Amino acid sequence: MAINMPGVGPDAEGLSPAAAPAEDPAKAARGGGRTSPLKLYARRFARNKAALLGLVLFALLVFFSVFGRFLTHWNFTEADFTALTVSPGVSGHLLGTNAAGNDVYAQLVHGLGRSLVIAVTVSLLTTAIAGLFGTTAAYFGGKVERAMLGFVHFLLILPSFLIIALVGTHYRGEWQVLVVVLTLFGWMLTARVIWSLATSLREREYVMAARFMGVSPMRTIVRHLVPNIGSLLIVTFTLGVASTVQAETALSFIGFGVKQPDVSLGSMLADGQNTLSTAPWLFYLPAALVVLLTVAMALIGDGLRDALDPTSQSGGRA
Amino acid sequence: MIEQRAVTTKPETQQPLLSVRDLKVAFPSEAGRVDAVRGVSFDLHRGKTLGIVGESGSGKSVTSMAVMGLLPDYASVTGSVTLGGDNLLDLDDRQMSKVRGRRIGMIFQDPLSSLTPIFSIGAQIVEALQIHQDISTAAAWKRAVELLDLVGIPNPDRRAKGFPHEFSGGMRQRAVIAMAIANDPDLIIADEPTTALDVTVQAQILDVLKTAQRETGAAVVMITHDLGVVAGSADDVMVMYAGRAVERAGVDELFARPRMPYTIGLMGAIPRLDDRARGALIPVPGTPPLLVDLPDACPFAARCPVVQDACLQGEPPLVALAGSDTGDEHAAACLRAAEIDGGAIGGTPIYPVPAVRESGVAAVPREDRPKVLELSGVTKTFPLTRGGLLKRKVGTVFAVNGIDLDIHEGETLGLVGESGCGKTTTLLEIMGLQPPEQGSIAVCGQDTANLRRRQDISAVRRNIQMVFQDPMGALDPRMTVFDILAEPLRAIGERDRRTLDTKVGDLMELVGLDPEHRDRFPSAFSGGQRQRIGIARALATKPQLLVLDEPVSALDVSVQAGVINLLNDLKAELGLSYLFVAHDLSVVRHISDRVAVMYLGRIVEIGATDSVFDDPRHPYTRALLSAIPLPDPVAERTRDRVLLKGDLPSPTDDRPGCRFVSRCPLHLTLSDPQKEQCRGVTPPLTARGGSDHRDACHFADTTTSTSVDN
Repeated sequence: MAINMPGVGPDAEGLSPAAAPAEDPAKAARGGGRTSPLKLYARRFARNKAALLGLVLFALLVFFSVFGRFLTHWNFTEADFTALTVSPGVSGHLLGTNAAGNDVYAQLVHGLGRSLVIAVTVSLLTTAIAGLFGTTAAYFGGKVERAMLGFVHFLLILPSFLIIALVGTHYRGEWQVLVVVLTLFGWMLTARVIWSLATSLREREYVMAARFMGVSPMRTIVRHLVPNIGSLLIVTFTLGVASTVQAETALSFIGFGVKQPDVSLGSMLADGQNTLSTAPWLFYLPAALVVLLTVAMALIGDGLRDALDPTSQSGGRA
Repeated sequence: MIEQRAVTTKPETQQPLLSVRDLKVAFPSEAGRVDAVRGVSFDLHRGKTLGIVGESGSGKSVTSMAVMGLLPDYASVTGSVTLGGDNLLDLDDRQMSKVRGRRIGMIFQDPLSSLTPIFSIGAQIVEALQIHQDISTAAAWKRAVELLDLVGIPNPDRRAKGFPHEFSGGMRQRAVIAMAIANDPDLIIADEPTTALDVTVQAQILDVLKTAQRETGAAVVMITHDLGVVAGSADDVMVMYAGRAVERAGVDELFARPRMPYTIGLMGAIPRLDDRARGALIPVPGTPPLLVDLPDACPFAARCPVVQDACLQGEPPLVALAGSDTGDEHAAACLRAAEIDGGAIGGTPIYPVPAVRESGVAAVPREDRPKVLELSGVTKTFPLTRGGLLKRKVGTVFAVNGIDLDIHEGETLGLVGESGCGKTTTLLEIMGLQPPEQGSIAVCGQDTANLRRRQDISAVRRNIQMVFQDPMGALDPRMTVFDILAEPLRAIGERDRRTLDTKVGDLMELVGLDPEHRDRFPSAFSGGQRQRIGIARALATKPQLLVLDEPVSALDVSVQAGVINLLNDLKAELGLSYLFVAHDLSVVRHISDRVAVMYLGRIVEIGATDSVFDDPRHPYTRALLSAIPLPDPVAERTRDRVLLKGDLPSPTDDRPGCRFVSRCPLHLTLSDPQKEQCRGVTPPLTARGGSDHRDACHFADTTTSTSVDN
């Protein structure tokens, strides 16, 4: 309630206790050292137990996708014709096999890796494009801004899912193509949000100062505007990973995404749903990984948002 | 009707209305527990006004928030706050809600955020009334109109239906005061009630506050950083520093005989409006301590010029001084308070006066020095549009309307006026280096209309740089000081890391910063240091002209003095010229050689500083000068005030005639044909008596004294 009242709260009236290190207050009083922002954010992030859990979960998933294949001698493309659709644990298949005799464990490891690579690349690219596009539109204002926003609005009303599906089918499920189309149609909403934030940033005095000093527009955008929406970009990136995993899974599930012989979590789900009653592990195992991955990313994104937001209550109690 | 309560009993014999004992407030922070208030005690009697003064971070606002129970849950509050027998700290939030608004009225700094934008002013006052009293809506509305009338809002029955955005800042603050006194409170807490307002409006609001206090008989806690406001309105003053009261006395006693070195420092650091000798100001060195794990010593010891070993052996308590009577007690938290007399110990002033550097440029007569900036007839308009999709132009705002100015080398021109008069627009027009809509701008002899190529523009840019108002907002929080200072150098093509290194080091030394700190971020510096970084950045390209937009208004007075001294030294050392924009006339008087007073996009008076301040001719200048509170209670009570009515009108049309007509006190005294001339003919800037002092009033010389009573 009274959090945003002027003159209240720990950050009130320029006390800026955040600038002082906890370990040596005497030094701080002399204006000595300061906690680096990174360390400060890490400490605030660590106060959020759920976010820490998400981080651990995400690290485990990455670890699993990279080193998981050393736990089995099966390759994900290899078909074991002596063991078609066997249950987990039977005939040396840790998590069983599917109808074609592929080892489910090997496929899970590979599919998770594939989904992660797609999700991280797409999210990174969309965030970068959106960040640059939004801040550039905001910095220039006027006609440039109107034209750039018009372009964004135009892309937003296109039925992007349909286009992605069609292009994906045309290229026969190449995952690189999937990355390109998901990026091309995925950045507009973020760009719109970043633009509205950057419009208030462009009125800041340091941006005006740069203009009056004769700093070139691109340099001002890269040096002043983008870093100052950095926290938003980081959160967008994290949540973008979760939503891209879902989009990729959905595409692959309806058959427009990653295709045989390549495997992603989505294509495994599509396979598994046919035999849900006879071989449930084919569906529930990849489904569990998708849930874990998205939950982990959502928790991390939430924690980051609180840690990077100076007005949040990550400061503890007196 | 508002109940007229006469205070019959003498305050001394009464029980105090509000009694605060050993109030302590602490907040959590990344650096540890911040002790924002560390044991504050005071009593306040009905009908009296207590002024709490202190710099930012001294805990004055937190004290008032604690009294009102508005601190967030994570703050720890201990001690006792007794209002008429009840300890407010024992009440929970729901019980406090019955006290707030009913027995305590609140006035906050920002009148816009204390009103809900979606309800009309009247409805909000009605709500405030009906929460605490059982009255019908019709009766409450009638009462609301009476209240608005009381606080001086014209046409109250019509204006009560208006929404906050239709009110100007001063009118909104009046409405907030009306809400605060709606339920006839015992105590009114005003937290920086006039800081966001212009001086002429500030004078009105302080007047309204006095009326409100008289009508309700309430006690007032007035929190402010402005010693002038305290001098004019308080009965008792408490000076706070680092979360404690360090001095407390009656207002006359405190201003006449301050005993704590901090109070003395504060008073010495303010430029005085009535001060003609332009010596250096006396800054208080250092910065307030961080309120984390404070040692048991005098918190001011690190900044105190008369510190002794005993000062570090435990924090001195606030004790009554010998020789002060019990009714009007003077207490100070200083071991040497008894020795201090008249700002000196044994005849030696506590604060040494810094030496002033003399400028070599001043020897050359003004007319012989080259002009670094020349504006003639500069006009800037904004279209006024209506409608959502298809914007129609319904009018034009004349933000700047035909301004003529010139600044010679080594000269400071102070540009003063209320907010909305076009000062900032003028600056942006100059800094944009584009040809203006009408008229011309010439920087160092180069007309901006002739600047076509990029190289030409950047060549002129090097000669004119700007210092901004907000020292935090003007520095990118994500860049180190080195990068901030190197940015203008890089923009003019300096790439060599070693050259940048030495230049940045030189700049930091020039403005009195330690070059060792170049790798720190702005948040590690105090407000004054940040403003020094801003000045260093502006000086990086070795400009001839600095444009300063309210460079000290965001700083505390003790720090402000240091920055003003720095600006004066730099001017003498580097032969700089300043265009100094400010609303604080005392600062302008101290720093400027010439002054231009702006009103609604026009310059109404311009001339040498002493000439304008000692012999103001335009009625607006006179009103502006008389509205400034002096940090001297005796002078405050005795001087004549020219209180202006109303607020700044909007400059939407460009009809001929004087723009000040609607508020002019002189206009009312004129005969009808003279009034006609005011309304029909735009007064040009005319010199009187052959001097360089010009004003834009038809009848400036007709009256010599304007003691217009209001």
